[in-house]
Order: sequence, then structure tokens, then C-alpha cells
Amino acid sequence: MVIGDVQKDFLLAVEGLTVSFDGFKAVNDLSFYVDENEIRVIIGPNGAGKTTVLDLICGKTEATSGSIKFRGQELTHMTPNQIVLAGVGRKFQTPSIYDDLTVFENLEISYPRGRTVFGALTFKRDAAVRDRVEAVAETIFLKDRLHTSAELLSHGQKQWLEIGMLLIQEPALLMLDEPVAGMSVSERVKTAELLHGIIKNHSVLVIEHDMKFVEDIAHKVIVLHQGRILSEGKMEKVKNDPKVIEVYLGH
Amino acid sequence: MSENTRFFNRSELMALAVLALLLVVVLPLSLDVFRLNLVAKYLTYAFVAIGLVLCWGYGGILSLGQGVFFGLGGYCMAMFLKLEASSVANTKIQSTPGIPDFMDWNQLTQLPFFWKPFHSLTFTIVAIFAVPAIFAFIVGAAMFKRRVGGVYFAIITQAIAAILTILIVGQQGYTGGINGITDLRTLKGWDIRTDQAKFILYFVEVAFLLAGVAVALFIRHSKLGRILVAMREKEDRVRFSGYSVANFKIFAFCIAAVFAAVGGALFTLEVGFMSPSFVGIVPSIEMVIYTAVGGRLSVFGAIYGTLIVNFAKTSFSESFPELWLFGLGALFIAVVLAFPNGLAGLWRDYVQPRLDAVLLRRPGAAKWASRQVSESVPDGAAAE
Repeated sequence: MVIGDVQKDFLLAVEGLTVSFDGFKAVNDLSFYVDENEIRVIIGPNGAGKTTVLDLICGKTEATSGSIKFRGQELTHMTPNQIVLAGVGRKFQTPSIYDDLTVFENLEISYPRGRTVFGALTFKRDAAVRDRVEAVAETIFLKDRLHTSAELLSHGQKQWLEIGMLLIQEPALLMLDEPVAGMSVSERVKTAELLHGIIKNHSVLVIEHDMKFVEDIAHKVIVLHQGRILSEGKMEKVKNDPKVIEVYLGH
Repeated sequence: MSENTRFFNRSELMALAVLALLLVVVLPLSLDVFRLNLVAKYLTYAFVAIGLVLCWGYGGILSLGQGVFFGLGGYCMAMFLKLEASSVANTKIQSTPGIPDFMDWNQLTQLPFFWKPFHSLTFTIVAIFAVPAIFAFIVGAAMFKRRVGGVYFAIITQAIAAILTILIVGQQGYTGGINGITDLRTLKGWDIRTDQAKFILYFVEVAFLLAGVAVALFIRHSKLGRILVAMREKEDRVRFSGYSVANFKIFAFCIAAVFAAVGGALFTLEVGFMSPSFVGIVPSIEMVIYTAVGGRLSVFGAIYGTLIVNFAKTSFSESFPELWLFGLGALFIAVVLAFPNGLAGLWRDYVQPRLDAVLLRRPGAAKWASRQVSESVPDGAAAE
């Protein structure tokens, strides 16, 4: 996965990132670095700015100042679709899938070909597309539901489907906003298994509230509080940090 | 599943055949030329309705200003026909012979520059497609790139319809004003006012309409069609899957504009004039109602909806002219509240299952009918 990058080291380098909504700094002078093939989890109380960080990276929200470098490419001035092409994929908090389309069609739309208007018009569903969709469907445990309308899936399956829609895009960095929220215990276990499989060739940035799940998957954890980093490091270290216990874990 | 990537699936092919049979054989044999010409007039609105199915039904972009594009297409055609009708020989009693009569009445002594290219039929045909497409592109780019959508977009399209009407009425020396462009006579020397011409034009129009249906179905079954549906549901998901949502919306709006313009141009040929009363807010909203009644998710539904509402309009407004607009409004509300997928939805939910049941009972037809069932339910809801 080494791409010809001069200063390499980090896949994602966020430096001095600030966004201010009418004077309120939702994210304040935030800096962190994500390595290749790392699972990084962001935790923190409600309103800490976790989702805003993902919004900033994927181009949904424009940064007031600071820089986001992905493989040396500055993302802050790129449009959302350019950021996707650069290799960043993002899953939303509530499952964001297309209810009126089948599982197959949902995955197919994310297949990285025919993304322009005329490309989409002349797109052919060939063997390569079919094989890839089926392979991804297998990974996300939905192989036997390919031709089901997506609205008939369970909540957990919808979450997996959206993760699958990211996988088929082949991003280098996957950003997941609360991937196990609302899932049953067995679904959580399967999702952790899924993520462990995914990180073999992706970096993953996850927002999650479920501490057990976080412990299970995270390489490193960032605790965000009022737009700033409160603590950062291995889960054991963060867990025992008195500041973290006070604002977040103690509750 | 592979059915989806083909141009048409079997039930659509059937629907196309039924529509062709109705328009090419049944109606011409059962109606006199006057009634057939009425159908021809209604069918010009069906083009607008097909465009709205793509743009509004699939793409979720409600335009309340399709009359603008209908008018642009219609006026392009009318300008060509008017110039042909305003030969020096035909207009020698005017103070400036060789220009359209209304220009002469408005003391114009020279043909305005933008009228001159309309001496050429080739230019006119290109303009019928290009003018609305370019205009829709400009409006679409200005709106969608700024992420203006939904009800705001609908209101802006309505404002554009009002503006264009006012412009046409106000600039009567250049446009014919409130009366429109009238007294159109020949197309390349062929008199379009005779019964025979109207009969031939009807078939020309039906050919265009069936081709339009094929184009619409092709778009629907392409990946672009699925992206339109996806955009309607979760715009952000599409955007963050690497698509420029604005470009797809612009495309849908331009396609709808071109459909409307072709309808407008054919209207001018069939009816023999074009006026601002087909451009403004009221006709634009009526066109949306035709689509809603027929079913905004169905190309065929939109065509039947257009025909049915217009027939109702003609018969009701003959007997109760004041009540018609109220009736139309009530119809729209009823459709939205009670059956949001229009006649096509009713057909799909109530008629087709029964039809299939009857077909299933017939030996030999069983296999075919069971295929129909699985295909008639959109997006594989019953494929499980």
C-alpha cells in the first residue's frame, strides 16, 4: 500500500483544524495523524465535535482554518466528489442507503466507474461489476439478499450495506460514524469481525460510543471534548486518564 | 436482475405495444379528424409529462416552469413558420413587406436580428433542441451548483415562467405579444392547415412520442436512472460516493426541458399558433398535474394521465367552464393524498395482479405470467 509519497509516514495528517459556526468553535485547533492500516477511534461526549471532524475531512463542512492532508494532498479546498476520488470514503451516522433500490443496485452505484453523467448513461453491468458486487456482498453478510429491496433489510443489515458501499469504492481511508449504533449483540460481534477483515488493506477512522466495541477494535483512541483533544493514545492509557474519566467515562 | 440492464423489460415492451396500437390504429380509426387533432394537441403535453417523470418522478426535482420550455420549443417553430408565411408576396399591403404582420403593426421596419436565422429550417430544428437545453443548463447550473433544491427550486422555476410570459407580452413588436404568433400557413410550402396535413402530422407526432418513450426508458434503465432515484432518496450519500450531484440534476432538468420543447414545437405545427398562454404559471402547473394524475414514476402512466385529464378538461369545460379549474385543483389534491403514484400506481397495485391471476389460470400462459409478476413489482420488492 505504499504510494509514491515523498514525506510518506502518515496517511492522514490533520493540523490546526478549526471550524467556527457563528463564533462557536465546534472543532478547535485539532491535530492528529493516522497511519496506513490503522484503526483510529474517536470518542467523546455528545457535542464534542466528532461528527464535525468527519464532515470536515469529507468536504461536507468547510474548515475555517487549518489543513487536512491525505497522502500529501490538501483536502480542504476540494469538492466532496474529488475527495472521494482521492480515496476517502465516509459512512453516515444513520444508515444512508437507497431504500427504493435493491442491495445489488445500492452497491453498484458505489462501484468506481461511470461517475460522470455520460459515463453513467453508458455504464454496462459487466462480469467485473457483478463479481465485485457479489464479493463485497459476501464480505458484508448480504450475499443471499442481493436482489432484496434495501428498505426490507434490518437496521444492522442497512449499516453493513452502507459499509459495503464504501468498500466497493476501494477507498484508502474509511470513515465510519457510529457503525454499531442500534445493533444487536450478535450483529456487533459480526461488525467487529467485518472491521478486522477490512483493516488488512484500509485505514479506518471510527466514531463510536460503545466502549466494549472500541476496546475490541481500536489501535489508538482520541478523546474529543469541546472541539479539542482531551487525551490520545492506547485504550488502556486513555481509560485511566483522570480527565477522561471526569468528562466522559465517569458518567 | 439482468432484466434491469436491458433497454426494456417485457412488461414495458407490452405497454409500448399497447400504446402504439392505441395511438396508431385504434384512435385514428375511431375518431374524426377534428377529434384526432385534439388528441394530437393533448399528446404534445405528454412530451412535457414524460420529461417530468424523468426529472420529478425519478430525480425528485419538481419544476413548476415546464411551460417555459414548451414555449421556447413552440416559439422556435412558430418563428420559422411565421417567416415562411410572411413572404413579400403575402405581405405586400404592409408598410414594410416581408416582415411578420405584428411587427408591421408595431412600427418595426426591419426584421430583428434574432429572427433572421429562423429563415432556415435546419437552424430551427437545432434551435428547438438547443435553446431550451442551453437555457435549462444555465438555470440548472445557477441553482444546483449552489445546492438550491426542493421547494425553492420549484418557486424559482415558477418565477421564470412568470418572467418569460411578461417579457413575451411586453415585447409585442418582437414576439407578437399576448396574441402570440398566429396565422401560420405552410411548412416548406406544404399547407399545414388542411385535414390531410393534420392527419399526417398526427402520425409524425406519434412517431416522435414513441421514440421519446424509448429514450426515457433507456435513461430509466441506465445506471444514470438509478442514480436519479438514489439522489431523490439520499442526496448526500450520492455526493459522498463520488458523484457530482449538481451535474446529474442539471442533466435531468435539461432532458425534461428538451422533451417539453419538442412537445411545444409539435404543438405549434398541430394547432397552428403559439402564444404566451402556454408559457405561464397556470399551464406549467397543469402539466405537473397531468404527470401526477398519470403517475409520476411511470412514463406510460404520464401519457395516459395527460390524455385523460385533457379529455376531461375538454368535456367538462364545455359544460361547466367556471368549475373546471376547481375540479382540476381538487383532482390534484385527491391524487396527492389518496394515490400518490397516480393511475399507474393504481394499475400496478390493483389491476395488474388480477390480470396476472387471470393469465396464470390459462394453461400455457402460466410461465409467462409468473415472470410478469416478478417484473411488474419495481426494484425487486417481491424478488425474494
